[in-house]
Amino acid sequence: MAYVVDRRLNSKNKSLVNRQRFLKRYHEQIREAVSDAVSRRNITDMQRGDSITIPKRDISEPVFRHGQGGQRDIVHPGNKEFVQGDRIQRPPAGGGGGSGSGEASDSGEGEDDFVFQISQAEFLEYLFEDLALPNMVKRQLAGSDAFETHRAGFSEVGNPNQINIVRTMRSAQARRIALSGKARRRRREVLAELAEENDEEESKLNEAERLALEEELSRLNFRLNTVPFLDDFDLKYNLHIRVPKPSPKAVMFCVMDVSGSMTQDIKETAKRFFFLLYLFLQKNYEQIEVVFIRHHTQAQEVDEETFFYSRETGGTVVSSALSLMSDIIHERYSPDEWNIYGAQASDGDNWQEDNQRCHKALVDGILPHVQYFTYIEIGDRDPQGLWHLYQHLERDYADRFAIQRVRDNSEIYPVFRELFKKTMVID
Amino acid sequence: MNKNYLSTSSEWTFETIAAYDREIARIARDKFRLDTYPNQIEIIRSDQMMDAYASIGMPVFYNHWSYGKHFVNVEQNYSRGRMGLAYEIVINSNPCIAYLMEENTLTMQALVIAHACYGHNSFFKGNYLFRNWTDAEAIVDYLLFAKNYIAECEERYGVQAVELLLDSCHALMNYGVDRYKRPVPISAAKEALRQQEREQYIQQHINDLWRTLPPRLHVDEQREIPKFPVESQENILYFIEKNAPLLEGWQREIVRIVRKVAQYFYPQRQTQVMNEGWATFWHYTILNELYDEGLVNEGFMMEFLTSHTNVVMQPDFDSRYYSGINPYALGFAMMKDIRRICQEPTDEDKRWFPDIAGSDWITTLDQVMRNYRDESFILQFMSPKIMREFHFFALQDDDRRNVIDVTAIHNDEGYRLLRETLSQQYNLSSQEPDIQVESVNIRGDRSLTLYHHMHNRRPLSNDCYEMLRHVHRLWGYDVHLHSVETDGRRVRSYHLQEGRE
Repeated sequence: MAYVVDRRLNSKNKSLVNRQRFLKRYHEQIREAVSDAVSRRNITDMQRGDSITIPKRDISEPVFRHGQGGQRDIVHPGNKEFVQGDRIQRPPAGGGGGSGSGEASDSGEGEDDFVFQISQAEFLEYLFEDLALPNMVKRQLAGSDAFETHRAGFSEVGNPNQINIVRTMRSAQARRIALSGKARRRRREVLAELAEENDEEESKLNEAERLALEEELSRLNFRLNTVPFLDDFDLKYNLHIRVPKPSPKAVMFCVMDVSGSMTQDIKETAKRFFFLLYLFLQKNYEQIEVVFIRHHTQAQEVDEETFFYSRETGGTVVSSALSLMSDIIHERYSPDEWNIYGAQASDGDNWQEDNQRCHKALVDGILPHVQYFTYIEIGDRDPQGLWHLYQHLERDYADRFAIQRVRDNSEIYPVFRELFKKTMVID
Repeated sequence: MNKNYLSTSSEWTFETIAAYDREIARIARDKFRLDTYPNQIEIIRSDQMMDAYASIGMPVFYNHWSYGKHFVNVEQNYSRGRMGLAYEIVINSNPCIAYLMEENTLTMQALVIAHACYGHNSFFKGNYLFRNWTDAEAIVDYLLFAKNYIAECEERYGVQAVELLLDSCHALMNYGVDRYKRPVPISAAKEALRQQEREQYIQQHINDLWRTLPPRLHVDEQREIPKFPVESQENILYFIEKNAPLLEGWQREIVRIVRKVAQYFYPQRQTQVMNEGWATFWHYTILNELYDEGLVNEGFMMEFLTSHTNVVMQPDFDSRYYSGINPYALGFAMMKDIRRICQEPTDEDKRWFPDIAGSDWITTLDQVMRNYRDESFILQFMSPKIMREFHFFALQDDDRRNVIDVTAIHNDEGYRLLRETLSQQYNLSSQEPDIQVESVNIRGDRSLTLYHHMHNRRPLSNDCYEMLRHVHRLWGYDVHLHSVETDGRRVRSYHLQEGRE
């Protein structure tokens, strides 16, 4: 008779350790696959988990086995037209694997890729591994309305549902011992004396003494009975306090040139960059707002759809966007409360006379307030005026200003890594 | 006939599973005289089944990345619907543990109980390889010991060091079994007790072997230095465990653990066709018996037969589903055929199988199950009828010729050759390269020499450089591997020396 056991409630993930070890061992390959995926994928499904593909030969476990060659005798099922003595042309090398039959599929399989799934969290983990947001100085938020409840010892007052029974009983016992210990001891003595008296044939005590003892006994009993088991001031309550929780908030400004020279391709590249930054911030901050500012000769704040897909023509005045950003920071995102990140993408065009104003807008209105400001120039033309200007700024504000050039989609991820690679904070 | 169905629904409950188990046990024991270990049936979820897959079915197993690799692969294929999970996993232990998936319908649970808990179980208990080479009483305890020991080593010496060692041991796992010498039964309790003692003893033993200042060096020089080892050793891992000069005690213990596990699985690798054939034959026979007794209805039988037919399907060699001979199909067909030969022998059967034709089929099958492994089973019992059913044909692929010869087909002339060739196909020692420890240069550079004894001039695959690196990691000094023809000629040599290939 079998013994049937229900194991369905047993813990799952018995293989978790082994899986982690596998991932760790093929860390490099997985990271490569992730980085490939980023340049290939659509932006909308960038943050999905992914199937990771590793060439099978990289992870095969070797054993001693026979190679091609020599003489092999094999039996197969399903003969149809062969008769003894038939000769079959050997299939061309490679495809058939030499055996000219079903075995081929076995040996052919060796070159397949090993594919498996990683979760979204793991994907992001690999994606942003070794990257850090510079200057992640968390500002404690005054007037923040998020609270966390912490235990903070015990209190004499509180709600009945917060009574700490152990503490309460302990203090009740201490009180009872303190108040009745002496009386209890005396009562034991009196009882012993009386018992002794009753046992003896001949009374040792006279009647008056005996009455006095009995008198004392009843007094002691009365006294002991008045000590309550539990008194009001025995009650102890768990104390919880609410501490304001710093809820790190970040705002990300996406600034993009939409003048005639920005083609859809360049915008697509910029979008990838913005999106990566968004994901990265999301990993570090709980709450993120995004502000889209587009500009040609004038700047305006728009929604995401308009930002990426509507077309405009005209010249380019970058300072308009920078001033707008500075104004928005001033109005809505007080640097005391918000961690501010700026990302600007452009093909590098700017109206020559505007560079000076850009410089001023950045230095006065933006750089003092932001955590980090990045600029990417897309395209393979020679650096334009804006680039030279920003190069100066990068030297002066090395801790919070970084610029990079990008030619196409495939370079976005490496450049992104370059911008955010973990460095020591420079004061 | 009385119809007294055990169930009519396809949803299982613990009560119905118990009811089926009771009936199946009765039929297996009383009607068919199957002798089994007690059963422990465990119901698990599909993700637990994947976990079980990843640790080669064992309830406890030590950690290693390769099981993680196996796991992610199974997970990927299963979640993409590319592969179904097995309905059961059964472990050769006492009590015999069988995992049933909760997704199975009641019919499938009954099939699996008959297949695993009475088919495989009786095979584990009866077959001579399992009886001699594995210890069903101790395996779970031993694995627990192994898991704890390896976890402790990881803590003490680092995960990395243990992992590298296990990689090398796993690579040599197939060369960690004694093919002829019967191993001492393992017991976890004794194992733990004796482990330290062994550690010390071995260390002394090896120090002696590698004595750097032999006291009578001047005398020895005159004499022929005896070859070490005196005879070639086929169990490479055993040889390394006992003789590798640089391994520390814990490393030897881990080599030993891998060796013991390999030894435990060795019978399974040699009896795949028989084991699956036996279990399939019995689930088929027992469930039909249930039907004949009026305990299950037609719906049950339809579902069972659909599943059974899928399991024993054998695609032809030119089908896109072909991936070699299906052990379930061949094993089941042969077991059924033996029963037929016993019950309704033809003249042909009487010619080929005079001893069993017309005998009691239950006794005969029992004898077959107890005393054979795949190779000898096929050589002895594959009948001409099976050959014709499968349309077997034999090919000879010789790299000295530019055509492949059809050497035999399923006719009378081809029978003997087909039977022999097919049997060789299940002979592990001719399927795996025959590699043995030939000698150690004990008075020189301590290098280890392995001989690959070639069979039909078949060379080693390119993996072998990688493999030499693993042997080298365990041995610690240079390793040489020579492919040797039967006449002693060295055909090819592979070397791996410290720092270069």
